Amino acid sequence: MREAPRGFSAAEYMICLTGIVWREGLRFLHQRERFVSALVRPLVWLFIFAAGFRQVLGISIIPPYETYILYEVFIAPGLMAMIQLFNGMQSSLSMVYDREMGNMRTLLVSPLPRGYLLFCKLLAGTAVSLLQVYAFLLIAWFWDITPPLSGYLTVLPALILSGLMLGSLGMLISSGIKQLENFAGVMNFVIFPMFFASSALYPLWRVQEGSPYLYYVCEANPFTHAVELIRFALYGQINWISLAVVATCTIVFMIGAILAYDPSRGLARRGPAGGEG
Amino acid sequence: MTSPAPIAEQRETPRPDPAAVPALSIDSVSHAYGPRRALMDVSFNVQPASFTALLGLNGAGKSTLFSLITRLFGIQSGRVGIFGHDISKSPGEALRLLGVVFQPRTLDLDLSLTQNLLYHAALHGISRREARARAAELLGRIGLTERAGSKVRDLSGGQMRRLEIARALLHRPRLLLLDEPTVGLDVKARADIISHVRQLVSEQGIGVLWATHLFDEIMAGDDLVVLHQGKVLARGPMSRVVAEAGAQDVNSAFMRLTGAQTLPGDGA
Repeated sequence: MREAPRGFSAAEYMICLTGIVWREGLRFLHQRERFVSALVRPLVWLFIFAAGFRQVLGISIIPPYETYILYEVFIAPGLMAMIQLFNGMQSSLSMVYDREMGNMRTLLVSPLPRGYLLFCKLLAGTAVSLLQVYAFLLIAWFWDITPPLSGYLTVLPALILSGLMLGSLGMLISSGIKQLENFAGVMNFVIFPMFFASSALYPLWRVQEGSPYLYYVCEANPFTHAVELIRFALYGQINWISLAVVATCTIVFMIGAILAYDPSRGLARRGPAGGEG
Repeated sequence: MTSPAPIAEQRETPRPDPAAVPALSIDSVSHAYGPRRALMDVSFNVQPASFTALLGLNGAGKSTLFSLITRLFGIQSGRVGIFGHDISKSPGEALRLLGVVFQPRTLDLDLSLTQNLLYHAALHGISRREARARAAELLGRIGLTERAGSKVRDLSGGQMRRLEIARALLHRPRLLLLDEPTVGLDVKARADIISHVRQLVSEQGIGVLWATHLFDEIMAGDDLVVLHQGKVLARGPMSRVVAEAGAQDVNSAFMRLTGAQTLPGDGA
């Protein structure tokens, strides 16, 4: 009676992946507030912060830029990465803790390997961040942030990689550090330090002039490399060091996140519900 | 039969075979949350084409057991097999044969009925075309065809449960687990769901494990497992369990069995 194991075909893996991404996209379209707030955040930085700051901070010609650029143009890639940082942290947190527990149950009773299911989930989260980033780029275009048209295409692989890195980092952090179970904690201890100690808002040579130590911190920050990878890709170039760092971090964070993921943690937080007494 | 028989065809002629591999076998399973022991040496089987009621109060360990069978929790000790496939060693083969209805609702409320079903089908690697056909068929069977395109949010509690059962059947499992599926439903919706699930047992030969704390959901021909404070107090055909407890019905049998476990003066 016991049937021989038949494993899973490549087609089944593919169907599963597209199904998970499709559902995440549908859900995202239904959550307009989430979309709006994901867009408002970087736009506030762009319209208000950058406008006020452009007089303070002169930017010299640094690669990949070939001319003097406005401060707005400089921080655009940093804001794109910021969108992905917030999105990655938010979606990973809801995967590990209770908010999306019902969906995680449905997901995890799929017969496909658990690691693969989590990978699909992270990729789906990245896909959602891509929608947000491109919507931001569209609005930014009217604000005179006009990278070459081909840049919109060449930045795509960079965005997929950085989205995966930040999503898996979020999942690793929320699985591994018990104290970071709410978004406020993640904001204070992860998002703000990563964002400010990076090349998102100021070129690193300026940081080096001010504080060499902070410069080293920024250089070691994977978020800096996500920003630089996106910045160069947006102008059709590859920053090889950043690519190597982001790719390595993605692999390490993802393996760590899959190993550390424990669905009982999200369930335990539900308290007595579910008959656990 | 030279052509490969679809699973649906095989299911129409269930042949109860006493030597068959059990649909579900729980073998000496124990589980603890830190120092608190939730399950102690739990063993029982669910046969194909049978309705097994898992009877226990809230906190008896039913949900822990379900989380172990569905691989949400790792197994600490003991063994769980689904048609002979060990859930720890070959989870893929085991989960393929398993359909689950969890106690908390797990539908996407903002998605339509069909979208919910298609998502589940994708998780099982079922192609879009095949999934659409199966979804339409199952929605017809639960009488929700006209609602196929509406949001799940607009359904009643009973309709949502029926949809969850349809979803659990989409990949044609041979074992169905339901964790207190009638909680919070009105009398009519409860009766509908119970008769629907019993029909699956008799007509399609599915093995069902039905967790409940409601005595009136159990019938004379059912298999019964009484779980109390993490231990199995009795198991077997309902009539035998009742007789061995020296009781008239399930209700009093349960009181006698569990009363023996509580301290004098503490009993029901």
